[in-house]
Amino acid sequence: MHKKSLAELSALLSSGETSSVELTRYFLDRIAMYDGDINSFVTVTEEQALQSAAQADKMIADGKAQVLTGIPLAQKDIFCTQDVRTACGSKMLDNFIAPYNATVVEKLNATGMPMLGKLNMDEFAMGSSNETSFYGAVKNPWDLERVPGGSSGGSAAAVAAGLAPIATGTDTGGSIRQPASLTGLSGLKPTYGRVSRWGMIAFASSLDQAGMLAHSAEDCALLLQGIAGFDEKDSTSVDRAVPDYSADLNKPLKGLKVGLPKEYFGEGLDSKVGAIIDEAIAEYQRLGAEMIEISLPNTHLAVPAYYVIAPAECSSNLSRYDGVRYGYRCEDPKDLSDMYERSRGEAFGYEVKRRIMMGAYALSSGYYDAYYLKAQKIRRLISADFEDAFSQVDVIMGPTAPTTAFKLGEKADDPITMYLSDIYTIAVNLAGLPAMSIPAGLADGLPVGLQLIGNYFDEAGLLNVAHQFQQSTDWHRQSPAAYN
Amino acid sequence: MAWETVIGLEIHAQLATKSKIFSGASIAYGAEPNTQACVVDLALPGVLPVLNKRALEMAVKFGLAIGADVPRVSIFARKNYFYPDLPQGYQISQFDLPVVGKGYLDIPLESGGTKRVGVTRAHLEQDAGKSLHEDFQGLTGIDLNRAGTPLLEIVSEPEISNAKEAVAYMKKIHALVQYLQICDGNMQEGSFRCDANVSVRPVGQKEFGTRAEVKNLNSFRFVEKAINHEVERQIDLIESGQKIVQETRLYDPDKNETRSMRSKEEANDYRYFPCPDLLPVIVSDELKEQIRADLPELPEAKCQRFIDELGLSEKDALGLSAQRDIAEYFEVVAEGSGEVKLSANWVMGELSASLNREDIAVADCPVSAELLAGLVQRIADKTISGKIAKGIFTAMWDGGGDADSIIESKGLKQITDTGAITAMVAEVIANNPSQAEQYRAGKEQLIGFFVGQVMKASKGKANPAQVNQELVKLLKA
Repeated sequence: MHKKSLAELSALLSSGETSSVELTRYFLDRIAMYDGDINSFVTVTEEQALQSAAQADKMIADGKAQVLTGIPLAQKDIFCTQDVRTACGSKMLDNFIAPYNATVVEKLNATGMPMLGKLNMDEFAMGSSNETSFYGAVKNPWDLERVPGGSSGGSAAAVAAGLAPIATGTDTGGSIRQPASLTGLSGLKPTYGRVSRWGMIAFASSLDQAGMLAHSAEDCALLLQGIAGFDEKDSTSVDRAVPDYSADLNKPLKGLKVGLPKEYFGEGLDSKVGAIIDEAIAEYQRLGAEMIEISLPNTHLAVPAYYVIAPAECSSNLSRYDGVRYGYRCEDPKDLSDMYERSRGEAFGYEVKRRIMMGAYALSSGYYDAYYLKAQKIRRLISADFEDAFSQVDVIMGPTAPTTAFKLGEKADDPITMYLSDIYTIAVNLAGLPAMSIPAGLADGLPVGLQLIGNYFDEAGLLNVAHQFQQSTDWHRQSPAAYN
Repeated sequence: MAWETVIGLEIHAQLATKSKIFSGASIAYGAEPNTQACVVDLALPGVLPVLNKRALEMAVKFGLAIGADVPRVSIFARKNYFYPDLPQGYQISQFDLPVVGKGYLDIPLESGGTKRVGVTRAHLEQDAGKSLHEDFQGLTGIDLNRAGTPLLEIVSEPEISNAKEAVAYMKKIHALVQYLQICDGNMQEGSFRCDANVSVRPVGQKEFGTRAEVKNLNSFRFVEKAINHEVERQIDLIESGQKIVQETRLYDPDKNETRSMRSKEEANDYRYFPCPDLLPVIVSDELKEQIRADLPELPEAKCQRFIDELGLSEKDALGLSAQRDIAEYFEVVAEGSGEVKLSANWVMGELSASLNREDIAVADCPVSAELLAGLVQRIADKTISGKIAKGIFTAMWDGGGDADSIIESKGLKQITDTGAITAMVAEVIANNPSQAEQYRAGKEQLIGFFVGQVMKASKGKANPAQVNQELVKLLKA
């Protein structure tokens, strides 16, 4: 059951071969059985899930079902869920229960998708290995000694191990694509503004975007249909018609122009990963795509610019966690500044503090021009690089991450090396483009992801390109043997 | 040494929107603490601001009214600092690219004439909540009802030369924002407040002296007193060989002094940067023209029209045009009664006095402009005297109906019948022979005594002019 696509599950539900309650029960059982080792869930909402499933069954019986109705999912713990704790991987919000739902949650609830629970993640989505979570590291189901990537590590591990058919994630610098790559999943980060950020706890507001981790591009298309669209509660969401994301999946790729940025294939790329990417590219050529070498000349500036802009925004976004109104407050504060210092000092983890410090520094008077303003200029250059590229090609391809999943603790003490694991994904967030990672093969038994970058709002095009590859290969059907 | 003063004012006008600048919560004053704070105002995780379009339109309206540049694009920025009544840990304000650029105002000078004072900029921002230190022993309470209330901060050029000019400038803005109906101007409730940047320099020196920012000026009187005090303090310091420190000072109206809050060294680095949750704000030419077309007649134009078209004196015209609601009320009275000068006297006299005494706004006045027009008409056509009219006004204030029905029911119609007046006058002279003799002997001021007696005898209803005339005639006969 956990290997079935959303479309197959939907068909079973509508034909009555299974019910949403049965399906939900099935995944709850798998979570109980396997998640002790993996640690992908921070909260399992069994009771609510079964209630929602019963309601979904009623919707199905009443003929009010949509494709997604009755299919359970799990939410990254960054999305506010009414009456269910939303901790965002942090001790700071360990006691926080939101009085409202994120738009993404609201929409999927309304569709009748039971929520199995909330998924582990790097603290406030800051991390590339899911090791910064207050709730402990998440293990990669392909090898429990390895990381699943981050920050949507819980989402990736849960779907890869078959504990949920699909999961939401968020991507600020690669937080959907990199974990998808490291766990053999299809992950989509939509165009900035395509999905509402209302109720999605902010890390870096100008970069954050919600998406999903799934077994296939086809599944991504179905879930994107459920969450995309303008939201008047999010001023940065875009008022633009939502196309049918499944309509073009089967379009042949003949004549597709694929850009291969030379900067993505140079030094730093693991040779085994590189070989698998080359093989995927060859497969696309067999499918009729035309390969064009392109250049994204400012690629090397993406990581430095990102590590100014994202921390700058986070230093401000995380100021609200002050111990005054909700969240963690230190014991017996002596006075106001003691309360601020100890509440924040005791409840934020090391990586979060590091980024707040970096960001506050970059915004400080006297440094603002040299850091923040310069980073914004680089951001515009990077966007311009992509605009140039998309005047020649339909889609850009390359590796998602420079390596396969690394060992737990391997990079935890070396932030620069850790930051470089997002080297191919970060530029996309700076430009606000949509992108995917899809499984392209295994290197030494570990998944390798191929990144597809599309033009603004061309999610349908990306999904088509991904789906065609998945029609002619079966890498997306590989799963970790221990959880078959 | 001779000193001159340089003053710049920062005025915060609370915009008269229904809801907050970035959330749907109400901004009505006086609700129970924290009942008007929604998830956005509480800065819960995951919430996002959405700009209140009305607040933007009001800011644009102000900009157009002061002849300012209203740029097509403006940007919201975050001003970062920690304070318990600042839920987000930053205030959303504007820094580079405010919604209103350079404009100006002409303020009246005491010596006559006007002075042009430049407005540097006006920008939109959200207010903070309130910290309540008194109500909780050893603790501080936080009320977030005010958090997120829309403010327009209006910054003047440092072109104001003394406390009186500062007050004139502030009054001018105060009248203007009420004219534009973008702020209720209520200073007690904090809807209109002011900070002053004050410095002194020797006359003739070009460079500015070191300035101090004086905060908490929430009345015209405080502005004047605080500035005068601050100027004196600075001159005393310099003349005794000391230096002015750049700092923020708080005005204490009880002691009439300013005291230091924090110096420049202690000042926050606010780490301003564009708010990534809000896109740049676009004010299209279309919107601008639409708002321009809807601008009301402004005080200066109205004053000039009162002089040119209604023939009012400059003093009356200025007085009547200062407040929009009074001006509009006056115009209805004048038109309804056809008596411009008499209407002006009544609006600025009895009506304004009653409004002040009862502390109510024109909108809540129990005597409508139509009712007052009816009364003015009866004075003009001599049905009643001015004195009787005051009594009728009081009756109308208390809900007694229109002037005619009060006159009718109370029998207050003025006696203008010459025969009746002559008879009363004759009787009063007959009853007061000694005073009559003294009058005839040349003590003409006794005429007042006789008028009083006749008015008393007529219960105030005799036409005073006619009484006077008859008295003189009969006494001299």
